[in-house]
Amino acid sequence: MKIVVCIKQVPDTKGGVKFNPDGTLDRGAMLAIMNPDDKAGLEAALKLKDEFGAEVTVLTMGLPKAADALREALAMGADNAILVTDRVLGGADTWATSTTIAGALRNIDYDLIITGRQAIDGDTAQVGPQIAEHLGLPVISYAQDIKVEGDKVIVQRQYDDRYHVVEAKMPCLITALSELNKPRYMTPGGIFDACKAEITTWGRADLKDVDDSNLGLKGSPTKIAKASDKVRKGAGEKIVPDSPEDGAAYIVAKFKEKHII
Amino acid sequence: MVTNNIEEYKGVYVFAQQVDNEISGIALELLGKGKELAAKLETEVTAVLIGYNVKGLADKLAEYGADKVILVDDPELETYRTEPYAHALASVIEKYKPEIVLVGATAIGRDLGPTVSARVQTGLTADCTVLEIGDFPLVAIPGQEQKHNQLLMTRPAFGGNTIATIACPDNRPQMATVRPGVMQKIAPIAGAKAVIEEYNPGFTPNNKYVTIKEVVKAVSDTVDIMDAKILVSGGRGVGSAENFKILEDLAEVLGGTVSCSRAVVDNGWKPKDLQVGQTGKTVRPQIYFAIGISGAIQHVAGMEESDLIVAINKDETAPIFDVADYGIVGDLNKIVPALTEQLKAAKAEKAAN
Amino acid sequence: MDFTLSKEHEMARQLFKEFAENEVKPLAQEVDETETFPRETVEKMAKYGFMGIPVPKEYGGQGCDTLTYAMCVEELSKVCATTGVIVSAHTSLCIDPIMTFGTEEQKQKYVPDLASGRKIGAFGLTEPGAGTDAQGQQTKAVLDGDEWVINGSKCFITNGKEADVYIVIAVTGIVEKRGRKMKEISSFIVEKGTPGFTFGTKEKKMGIKGSSTYELIFTDCRIPKENMLGKQGAGFKIAMHTLDGGRIGIASQALGIAEGALERTVAYTKERKQFGKSISGFQNTQFQLADMATKVEAAKMLVYKAARKKDEYKTNPKISYSVEAAMAKLYAAEVAMEVTTKAVQLHGGYGYIREYEVERMMRDAKITEIYEGTSEVQRMVISADLLK
Repeated sequence: MKIVVCIKQVPDTKGGVKFNPDGTLDRGAMLAIMNPDDKAGLEAALKLKDEFGAEVTVLTMGLPKAADALREALAMGADNAILVTDRVLGGADTWATSTTIAGALRNIDYDLIITGRQAIDGDTAQVGPQIAEHLGLPVISYAQDIKVEGDKVIVQRQYDDRYHVVEAKMPCLITALSELNKPRYMTPGGIFDACKAEITTWGRADLKDVDDSNLGLKGSPTKIAKASDKVRKGAGEKIVPDSPEDGAAYIVAKFKEKHII
Repeated sequence: MVTNNIEEYKGVYVFAQQVDNEISGIALELLGKGKELAAKLETEVTAVLIGYNVKGLADKLAEYGADKVILVDDPELETYRTEPYAHALASVIEKYKPEIVLVGATAIGRDLGPTVSARVQTGLTADCTVLEIGDFPLVAIPGQEQKHNQLLMTRPAFGGNTIATIACPDNRPQMATVRPGVMQKIAPIAGAKAVIEEYNPGFTPNNKYVTIKEVVKAVSDTVDIMDAKILVSGGRGVGSAENFKILEDLAEVLGGTVSCSRAVVDNGWKPKDLQVGQTGKTVRPQIYFAIGISGAIQHVAGMEESDLIVAINKDETAPIFDVADYGIVGDLNKIVPALTEQLKAAKAEKAAN
Repeated sequence: MDFTLSKEHEMARQLFKEFAENEVKPLAQEVDETETFPRETVEKMAKYGFMGIPVPKEYGGQGCDTLTYAMCVEELSKVCATTGVIVSAHTSLCIDPIMTFGTEEQKQKYVPDLASGRKIGAFGLTEPGAGTDAQGQQTKAVLDGDEWVINGSKCFITNGKEADVYIVIAVTGIVEKRGRKMKEISSFIVEKGTPGFTFGTKEKKMGIKGSSTYELIFTDCRIPKENMLGKQGAGFKIAMHTLDGGRIGIASQALGIAEGALERTVAYTKERKQFGKSISGFQNTQFQLADMATKVEAAKMLVYKAARKKDEYKTNPKISYSVEAAMAKLYAAEVAMEVTTKAVQLHGGYGYIREYEVERMMRDAKITEIYEGTSEVQRMVISADLLK
């Protein structure tokens, strides 16, 4: 069985988001990590490797430094790594990103493609289903459990108040939730091997059946009109109410204002 | 990639999500917003109702603002699956050419939206919290055409630390998924009727159809405080294990979960797995109530990333007020029950509407 | 001279850091208070190869270098010095002598199980009457047919009772050197469960409380002849060589403790307010922190240099790293003690109570000035080399 896991390198927000003195995000100060949902997807693939001897390929699109995320995946136990990087791919929205990744995937054999549900920087949850659409594959999003039986996958697909047990024939695409598992660590020896391993690097010319008009910033139908970093929050409002009821009313009013209730 | 004949695309369409033949709240919220957008564009709001034996839901959609309902009703659509639903919605878009399509950012909409947008070759903006009609670019740039009457979609990213406003100027429809609970429903218009148009594009199972083997509805389980969206957290100031009852009542009204500080665990009032803080768990709920918690750095380290922090403490100088969005100085034993009652009343009032 | 870490080492540090934060740190306080050997942590470390980092892959290890191993002990010790010393004693004091002095059969028999962490290793040199002075050894091994018969005891043995494989130093006879009668010292591999090999009482210690420290007792303990490690009479050399390596491990542990205490103190002084401002705003705090950080950095340089030197030795056995190891251990241990003491002071009253980790770190730091050669012994090693 051949599994491709699509991963993304993202800035780590776990240890708190770092700000510049002017209140904007300090992206440089944040560690670049493998996106958590993607890492859960990788772990799911590595479990299938442990169980069935699957061959696991990790693929990412990004700047050359995204190779670090691929090395981490190799050090965890992935077999091959592909980096899709090219200047013309920069500024891509989810349409252009999924088009690019689909173009790369057309070059390789796979039974199963796993992506994370969403990345912690963009939070869109779009790229996985869109890759499936470009490749004409069935998609099962929000997987909280993945099993393989013969040429079929059996997935627990999470919804807000329930889950469906869904069966699909491979090849198919699954998007993984970080709740799916606890990803394994790298091993020290795996790290040393990963740093020696060759990472396949593909550019625009290596993408199959992809039109230039669908790539990069120019090929992105969504355009940013305005972007702003929220200013770090400090102490908010504090009141000393005349009565407990006034205090409660104050909170209820604030919640109404914020559409919480 | 650009859409040809953009001017042919008219109208605001809303995916009227239903589950188990019940309209989801988000669908009504989207109709409310859709109506507002449609008014600005001088057009109509159409609800796209997809399911099996769901025609009866059309009236409710009309009451909440739908001028028209396009009904796609087919046995294949009984339970949500990406493929037949994507085929249904994409076919409606291809046939009716709407200029705006709104989908709820639910576990269904966040799967359906991207699949459909890729199929109809347009952009999709995820998890929007603000939708407006305006110009793109916002300010005219010499040498670049400024387009009017564009859907401007504002969304948080980076865990809510940044916000971006996005447009989709060259493709139609302009698609957005919208966060539940953000847009306002309209007050329902009793007896309102919408034009119902039935449309069935035909459903032939192909490789993309998956099989649902089982539907397992969630049984309410003890929630991991790290997954809770609302946490009602108590500290030493709560005073006793028994007195946590007032926090539990508040949590129940809000659909939240009770958590606590270290002092509470040390006193044996609550188990360790409910402890927030450096030696407990790090939580990032949407709302965090710190009740009777002074706010030692070890505690704050575990909850300061919460979206909204409400603190109730009798000590005006308690450090918890330094991180709270809303702080109330006073006796928690009186304020918490009062808050529970008022929230109940507010909910009841809303339900009555 | 290159002071930047390679990609491998950067990634390895990240791995050790994450593992330490997620798996080790949450247990550190409990391990200390209940004086419990963290068996589950050891099993997790075994799963990820931490128990055989500098061991070649053909012997079941990770095939990494000494620097990687040192960084592992350092990062573990940042959050839990007990966990750090378990890895250090196992790797440096048991696997290393077998890899360096063992026959191919001994390596094949013992190293794969040790390097994979299926078995734990320990080292028995110290005796009640023979600490720094190895010639004071009383434990004897007598050859009887095909077996060595060991009698005597070893004390303060790290990983005692928890380990499966023990390197034991014993007197095998008397030899004359330059007209003086000297004890002939040899080393042996003894497996747990060998009849006649038992354990005394568990030591109650000031720090590294979760580390299992036991007396080893040998009463007519018979082991096969082929379990002698190295040549007869080579025991003293083997012991000294082993301690050279061990000192890099302990130096890494000390470095980790100092770094951990510094990190926590920096965070604390930023948060703690007195007289209306963070105590990090006071110049006394700032200067103390500056001194602490500088010494930690200097210690790190010495520790990494010693680790590098040991790697050079692996390709060229003529190279000695004993002075570098002694300097690293001497300095890192003293820095650990100094930094943790200052850390407690800067925490004020909170530094003296258990909830704040610096209290534990200060207790843990002390042992690094004592075991595997006291600071005084390190000074002897360094000065002997200077004055030779």
